[in-house]
Amino acid sequence: MNPLTYELSHLEALEAESIHIFREVAAEFERPVLLFSGGKDSLVLLRLAEKAFRPARFPFPIMHVDTGHNFPEVLEFRDRLVSGLGERLIVASVQQSIDSGRVVEETGPRASRNRLQTTTLLDAIAEHGFDAAFGGARRDEERARAKERVFSFRDDFGQWDPKRQRPELWSLYNGRIRKGEHVRVFPLSNWTELDVWQYISTEGLEVPSIYFAHSRQVFERDDMLYAFSPYVQLTDGEQPFEASVRYRTVGDMTCTGAVRSTATTLEDVVAEIAATRITERGETRADDRVTEAAMEDRKREGYF
Amino acid sequence: MAAGAATNGHLAGARTTELLRFATAGSVDDGKSTLIGRLLHDSKAIFEDQLEHLLATSERRGDAYVDLALLTDGLRAEREQGITIDVAYRYFQTAKRKFIIADTPGHEQYTRNMVTGASTADLSVVLVDARKGVSEQTRRHAYIASLLRIPHVVVCVNKMDLVGYDEAVFDAIVEELVDWTARLGLPDVTFIPMSALHGDNVVERSLEMPWYDGPPLLYHLEHVVIAPARDLVNLRFPVQWVIRPSSQQHPDYRGYAGQLVGGVLRPGDEVLVLPAGQRTRVAEVDTFDAG
Repeated sequence: MNPLTYELSHLEALEAESIHIFREVAAEFERPVLLFSGGKDSLVLLRLAEKAFRPARFPFPIMHVDTGHNFPEVLEFRDRLVSGLGERLIVASVQQSIDSGRVVEETGPRASRNRLQTTTLLDAIAEHGFDAAFGGARRDEERARAKERVFSFRDDFGQWDPKRQRPELWSLYNGRIRKGEHVRVFPLSNWTELDVWQYISTEGLEVPSIYFAHSRQVFERDDMLYAFSPYVQLTDGEQPFEASVRYRTVGDMTCTGAVRSTATTLEDVVAEIAATRITERGETRADDRVTEAAMEDRKREGYF
Repeated sequence: MAAGAATNGHLAGARTTELLRFATAGSVDDGKSTLIGRLLHDSKAIFEDQLEHLLATSERRGDAYVDLALLTDGLRAEREQGITIDVAYRYFQTAKRKFIIADTPGHEQYTRNMVTGASTADLSVVLVDARKGVSEQTRRHAYIASLLRIPHVVVCVNKMDLVGYDEAVFDAIVEELVDWTARLGLPDVTFIPMSALHGDNVVERSLEMPWYDGPPLLYHLEHVVIAPARDLVNLRFPVQWVIRPSSQQHPDYRGYAGQLVGGVLRPGDEVLVLPAGQRTRVAEVDTFDAG
């Protein structure tokens, strides 16, 4: 095995940085919450939280913003995982936001609830009085995210102003906010997609089955493969067909694309990611393709 | 006691890859973002969809060449004004090391963002425009590097193509900076002549400057020795959080959680608690991984 050493490997260095961030937030804020999607990044967040706070329970609940269009495999996985951990789960529902008239559902074949999530999220943050929300976003995902601080300040409308980011030196994080404001905290800021998979593999974490190759009814749109489901409307010429696919990201079924793959084990997935020439969001996320600054615009509104 | 960083090598495995964090510095238009774009491009760290996006944007704007700076200028305002406002982080890996780059703004009014990016760096890459020589901003950024105790500095004399790859120009800048950086107490300063735009001495050796016998930038980044500043003698353990489960399973458990910043901690060691001034003993060193 490995000899005892005082040096940290890159994964150990990233892990230590993230655990430090978790404890800083627990100590600095009154009501933190951990945003959980069921995706690989939020699974890593949960493991890091265990490392930061066990044998005690987490000093915060876990919250899932459910668009109502999630993969059933992911919801089943979520419930099993959270009950195994013995932690509290809050589900904020986009369907409820629609029913209560807070948001209006998009229509047409490209309708998605992706953007509606922001309102549901901000409402839930206000309702519970959360002052800090952990998210699994990473800087390597997208160019606006590459600009964001670990502690990302949000004003009382939940909005991000990239021109007013605070200085953030060494491992000192400024958690000073006024009532109504909050911070988003990104412990995985410096992790890459490959780091996440290597960590999942080293830690032996279970991930939702849709991350592995499986046979699924899909259809092609804008060079991407989407799951054929009751939540999508096909346009002329779009035909569902069977293919062996897996997901690189877990999001709403209407805007998350699958990739052709035969990777059935963690080792296969790590090898596939190490060899890929396309970023995960570029390959699988329609929500980023709307405009050149799609992510920046949504972040300004209060998106994850 | 619950210690934070896992130092028992449980994640080492086959991945004992080292991590080097570096930050760029230098005046506006010295070519920081272009250098990073070049570094990523030539080390094959730009993904196809990102490159496609660059090509399309450059073409739409009518640029004469692919503007690699667009890779890191991730905000709308930055792309509109063609400047870097806030620090952008980029990640790449070679067979030797993993790298975290902080691409920092050069404008004086965004210095606080530059400091944010530089504070976590093991190495600072300071760019100098060969035509303009050492500017006030070059000195400011080198000074900040010394203030932040960044152990390694690489001065890249950029845009050598615009001065005919003239050795004398490079020598003059080196001469001007050598004394000054020594007075700042910067322990390790390396000078490299380059053209980020054309890729000379970034990843590949330049054919235009046979008079330079040092390594290109990437080679230097892969091989510079990053000695850990860790003090293994004096114990320092800032407590971030007290873990008290108060559960049936752990009714009396009390763990002090944090990251060890110095020294070595063993069960039975006597420790001094500040600011209370009390002395006590470590009962146990507890980590999730060991449990």
